[in-house]
Amino acid sequence: MEAFISGLGLISPQETYRQNKFPDSLRLSENNLLRCVEPAYADFLNPVMARRMGRVIKMGIAAAMICLKDAGVEKPDAIITGTGLGCLGETEKFLLSVIRDDEQFLTPTSFIQSIQNSVAGQIALQLGCMEHNFTFVHKGFSFESALLDAMMLLDADEATMALTGGIDEMTAHNFHIYQKLGHWKEKVIPSDLLYSEKTPGTIGGEGSAFFMLTKEKTLKTYAKLCGVSQLNRPESNEEIAQYTNRFLETRGLSFSDTDLVLLGCNGDSGTDHHYHALRETCFNGTAAGRFKHLCGEYQTSSGFALWLASVILKEGCIPDIIRMGQIKNERLSRILLYNSYENNHSLFLIEKC
Amino acid sequence: MSGSVFVTGIGIISAIGNNADETLHSLRNSRTGIGKLNHFRTRHANSVSVGEIAEDNQQLHLRSAVSNDALYTRTSLLGIIAASEAWRNAGMEPGDRFRTGLVSATSVGGMGVAEDHFTEYIDEGTNNEWLPWVNTLDCSDSTERIADHLNIRDHITTISTACSSSANAIMYGARLIRHGIIDRVVAGGTDSLSRFTVNGFMSLKILDPSPCRPFDAGRAGLNLGEGAGYLVLESERAAKGKNVLCELAGYANFNDAYHQTASSPEGTGAFLSMRKTLELAGCDPSTVDYINAHGTGTEINDLSEGLAIQRLFGTTIPPFSSTKAFTGHTLAAAGGIEAVLSVLALKHGIIFPNLHFKTTMPELRMTPVTEPLTGKRIRTVLSNSFGFGGNTSSLLFRNL
Repeated sequence: MEAFISGLGLISPQETYRQNKFPDSLRLSENNLLRCVEPAYADFLNPVMARRMGRVIKMGIAAAMICLKDAGVEKPDAIITGTGLGCLGETEKFLLSVIRDDEQFLTPTSFIQSIQNSVAGQIALQLGCMEHNFTFVHKGFSFESALLDAMMLLDADEATMALTGGIDEMTAHNFHIYQKLGHWKEKVIPSDLLYSEKTPGTIGGEGSAFFMLTKEKTLKTYAKLCGVSQLNRPESNEEIAQYTNRFLETRGLSFSDTDLVLLGCNGDSGTDHHYHALRETCFNGTAAGRFKHLCGEYQTSSGFALWLASVILKEGCIPDIIRMGQIKNERLSRILLYNSYENNHSLFLIEKC
Repeated sequence: MSGSVFVTGIGIISAIGNNADETLHSLRNSRTGIGKLNHFRTRHANSVSVGEIAEDNQQLHLRSAVSNDALYTRTSLLGIIAASEAWRNAGMEPGDRFRTGLVSATSVGGMGVAEDHFTEYIDEGTNNEWLPWVNTLDCSDSTERIADHLNIRDHITTISTACSSSANAIMYGARLIRHGIIDRVVAGGTDSLSRFTVNGFMSLKILDPSPCRPFDAGRAGLNLGEGAGYLVLESERAAKGKNVLCELAGYANFNDAYHQTASSPEGTGAFLSMRKTLELAGCDPSTVDYINAHGTGTEINDLSEGLAIQRLFGTTIPPFSSTKAFTGHTLAAAGGIEAVLSVLALKHGIIFPNLHFKTTMPELRMTPVTEPLTGKRIRTVLSNSFGFGGNTSSLLFRNL
């Protein structure tokens, strides 16, 4: 199963929403958090509506609209989203009002917006789109499942243009609780030094990445998505290597057919060994890159990575800022992305077309 | 994409029974599970009627036979109980050559625990009582607890689309099988009652303080419920030689795109999902023997669903009922629970009654079944689940 990536829209901690090109300058983290550079939402939404809308819903709608414009599509025939934590800000808001006012004077706005499929539902409302509308909420598989859903629809001719997105926001409270859980680096480090310390923890991030997946190639096509696969709770790095081998083999490929391996290293000494092991065992002679110093760690960060891979293949060059090691490939037509979030691991194959 | 998808196992827990047998017994005897809220304190306790499961978390812990190696929310325990029943019912052999997946759904997740510790979360102080439970809040937790318990590793994910969640999980599972990604799947959903949800629905003013009356002219809203319902679906190849209950012959998902929480007055999304489901199954509307309606008991849903049914079925409307007056509206679990009820209806030739119905709605020319109808030859059952966010989903089950 394959799909063409024929439109992009990304709101991220880098300057990415204005144009789908690799940004000229790099934005760094502050206090171990990479927060999104957000557009003026009034450019995408009625200002009255925007004032009442939760942040993650605005991030979703805006990135979706950027993607639709990029793709030259007015109305898709499927809307599918993946989100690890859903509309967390609105959940916090509603719960706070329930507790503060002792379950009195309830107003429904933040409750309605706290429902996990609010982004997909709102996009459908804005566009008047009555077609297939799913939302996946499973940590590091949320965006992957959404892509798979889209690819199955296109493969079965049940859709020709599937608007597919991965969105997560980092609220202040959630950042704090993850700090207590030891997710973040103990001391504050700038994101451009994320990989230089071999210590536990990483930095937080967020983003809203939308893609127009199409059955046919269009004038706007960036790349071809040739496969997405999910691996839960692998028991060893050997298992990950074998899984990657099978992923490529079933597509008639071997490790050496990959021109760039894009890795979800996040600087955490507890988990980065998965990536290093795969690279050393299977991709010794392959150009490698990593991306979490640009977007931070969050459940749907593979959305940022897929945007990056699409732009790299379209522009035909690998930005120095993401390179790992010195190997430079002559050919740049096939990228393997390997990412993980806790026990959820995933592989993507993206090709030039 | 090709191939039939068969149902080989069912599992269920709700206010009307802890498993399929108990559930069937309640349905046959018109015994509702709607009553008072007992398991947690809320200001609204006397203003709501709910479909609450009698057992507390300790009792559910024992029933689920989980070990003490992880923390289990009520949502997870209900899910494990029902998914395990479906797994045993299907005679699953772990470790055989078939690729097995789990597609589960929930909306509440671990909110039942989180809401009790919320001030700790907001105050960002030194109280860390909730810390071990933090990872149980999001929707993936109950899915991963079920997957670990049943040792399902090949493909797992979670869907959350409000009240149509587990119907969507079932159709996603079917599609994964038809695309050859897995050979069989445990699919359905689980949700538990929580203060968050009770208050949320209170704010929407769509709760009936008394037991709900779906499709009744005087209906006054819904009753919240809790529970879990799962099917085991298998490809033709994987189901060979097994006791097949029925076929999942059709399914469809659309969006009403009308309002965040209310369905369109004409029920367009509902009409589209029912019609496409029948088309996929190659079924003429006249061959549907029973509709298990979404039928929440709210003014808006029952009207729009009723109009959509009339539009699709014309003058020959099949027997229909909402079973939510038995179980309450189990939110993300509703699609899964009602899928199990649909399979029970098929296998036992029973059409379940729409409890508490008295007067036909003036806008409709259809009246639900009000007494259990037994000894029926039921070949096909259509099950509807419509959710917030405009989601409209239908499933069609067919006897072999």
